[in-house]
Amino acid sequence: MERQWVPSRTEAFPMGLRVLVVDDDPTWLKILEKMLRKCSYEVTTCGLARVALETLRERKNKFDIVVSDVNMPDMDGFKLLEHIGLEMDLPVIMMSIDGETSRVMKGVQHGACDYLLKPVRMKELRNIWQHVYRKKMHEVKEIEGQEFTCADLHLIREAGFEERGLLTREDKKRKEEYNDQDGSDQSAAKKARVVWSVDLHQTFVSAVNQIGFDKVGPKKILDLMNVPGLTRENVASHLQKYRLYLSRLQKQNEDSNLGNNRWADFNPKEPPAKPDLETSPQVEQNTTSKPSPGFGFIAPESETQPIKPTSHFEEDNKVKRKTSSMPPLGMLLSFTGTIPSAEIKPSEPLTPSKHPNWTGGLPLVQSMQCPKHDHKRCDLLCDYSCLPKPDLYTSAPPVISINVQNETGDLLDVKPALMDCIKAISPLTCTVDGSTSGFDRLPSIKGSFFEQSNCHAEPGRITGSDLVPLPEDLNLDSSLQEIGCFENVDLMNSIDYFQTEVESSSNWCDGSELFDYPLIDECLFA
Amino acid sequence: MDLSLLQRTYSDLLSSLFTEGILNQQFTELQQLQDENNPGFVYEVVSLFFDDAGRLINELGSNLNQQVVDYKKIDAHVHQLKGSSASIGAQRIRNVCQGFRDYCEANDPQGCFSCMQQLNQEFLTFKSKLETLFKVEQQIVASGGSVPMIQ
Repeated sequence: MERQWVPSRTEAFPMGLRVLVVDDDPTWLKILEKMLRKCSYEVTTCGLARVALETLRERKNKFDIVVSDVNMPDMDGFKLLEHIGLEMDLPVIMMSIDGETSRVMKGVQHGACDYLLKPVRMKELRNIWQHVYRKKMHEVKEIEGQEFTCADLHLIREAGFEERGLLTREDKKRKEEYNDQDGSDQSAAKKARVVWSVDLHQTFVSAVNQIGFDKVGPKKILDLMNVPGLTRENVASHLQKYRLYLSRLQKQNEDSNLGNNRWADFNPKEPPAKPDLETSPQVEQNTTSKPSPGFGFIAPESETQPIKPTSHFEEDNKVKRKTSSMPPLGMLLSFTGTIPSAEIKPSEPLTPSKHPNWTGGLPLVQSMQCPKHDHKRCDLLCDYSCLPKPDLYTSAPPVISINVQNETGDLLDVKPALMDCIKAISPLTCTVDGSTSGFDRLPSIKGSFFEQSNCHAEPGRITGSDLVPLPEDLNLDSSLQEIGCFENVDLMNSIDYFQTEVESSSNWCDGSELFDYPLIDECLFA
Repeated sequence: MDLSLLQRTYSDLLSSLFTEGILNQQFTELQQLQDENNPGFVYEVVSLFFDDAGRLINELGSNLNQQVVDYKKIDAHVHQLKGSSASIGAQRIRNVCQGFRDYCEANDPQGCFSCMQQLNQEFLTFKSKLETLFKVEQQIVASGGSVPMIQ
């Protein structure tokens, strides 16, 4: 059934909320059904947990919330709770006659949105819609917050670094801060997408410099920038990224002590990737995303395809999407610490906290890392502005994952810490229910994760190939485009750009304004 | 029978059920849930309870009579019964269940048996009183009258 999610009309909103009630007690089932009907909800009852799970699996996206008893003969309520969280990611409310704190805590730990004590009162049931709404809001914000900029990828790499203990506490703190900010952002769910073009970013940076980095704040920047349509939130999130990026630069600067040497010290430990950027990226499959020290990066070891010698770059002016020898995204980003107004922002920290219920059992699919992508994947990334190839999804769940640290380029080797970050991003690329028009179906994004085959089977279900028509409040497009940008062998070009202080990034990614963040900021690579 | 008398009888009966603690607020909630769409709602729910609880109590009885008493199983049943009885506001039954669980936990056969007896007693009382209540209610409705609500 199609139901429009119209949060602004909150009075009308909870009506028709689709509830699945699971309880082995027939008396309770009948009573709850009656109560929920009185709340104008749409109720489906189920006396067995097993059956409930099957129902949910079959009729995915046909329910908004599940209310379940804790004690059931065929399956423990907590187990059911876990399953639902994992597979369908629906909000679940537990009920029990037993109100013991330990039980309640267990419920919460397993991801329950709420824990009601029996006998349940009408007023408690009347309020359950808030959990649904809250969850959707949360997801929308997450998706919006996930602007896949090069900075994002950068940060994801950071996750790998984190794993190795290379992240500073400050970085981590900033990550958290950023997350908090995103999470607590109370702005309307539908935000206009802001494309941080080179110019806009320049404006931003100058504003920051003018105010003084120490005294900077989103409001001040916003005022100074004086860009119509730009919101405080846009600036705030951009600022966070910027800060993260700078701190990262700083750290790397300290560590690598390379200052300005972008290309000079670049030190390929592997045979340089083919200068021929047009060739298949397969070659790069084995390169990791570890940046070459030459770029002022902390590269523990560079199995990575290091940044090509300058000569290479100069030779290969072709802008190629399927970059094969692009250095890791991050490399470009953290070019040096010499640019105080570096424009490449680190991406938002991705935390698993946004997905508490998701233990993400699926392997991450796409390696969005620039250099070493499989040709197909490069296509996906770069083509996001148009349509990603459907077949991309056949091999794995439709998730954009950053497999930065994987030296072998094998997606499945993603390290745990990275997994988390990736999981955090992943909802973005999950298939979206075709019926979504607003954030109506956002929750299904995760749900569809596990039902890949279903996704393909169902007509009208949006698969990766349909990503473009995604609801506009998703920043996916721009994000992905940005990633695509990085994929570009344009990086080769960009090296030139770096050196020549490229003004616009419009040449990248085939001239589309894919790349929101200027990959290369003159200042960065000066 | 006179309608007003019927109604009087009904009210008194219902009041006493509350006073004696056989029923509690939850029952009133159920009554409030009942509406024109579903005039027999309370009756249906209580009937469901009769069946379900009856079954559970039989189970309990037979489990207790085993050579080796499985307290875990008994506890599970009692827990179920506790939940059921709470659903319709059968307060006394619920309370007995509470005590019953404690004895189960302590693996106390004496305590369990005594609870079992109480349970049987309470259930029978509950069943008969509510059946009477429903009968009177039906008569009121049949006479075209309205069923008085408590409070």
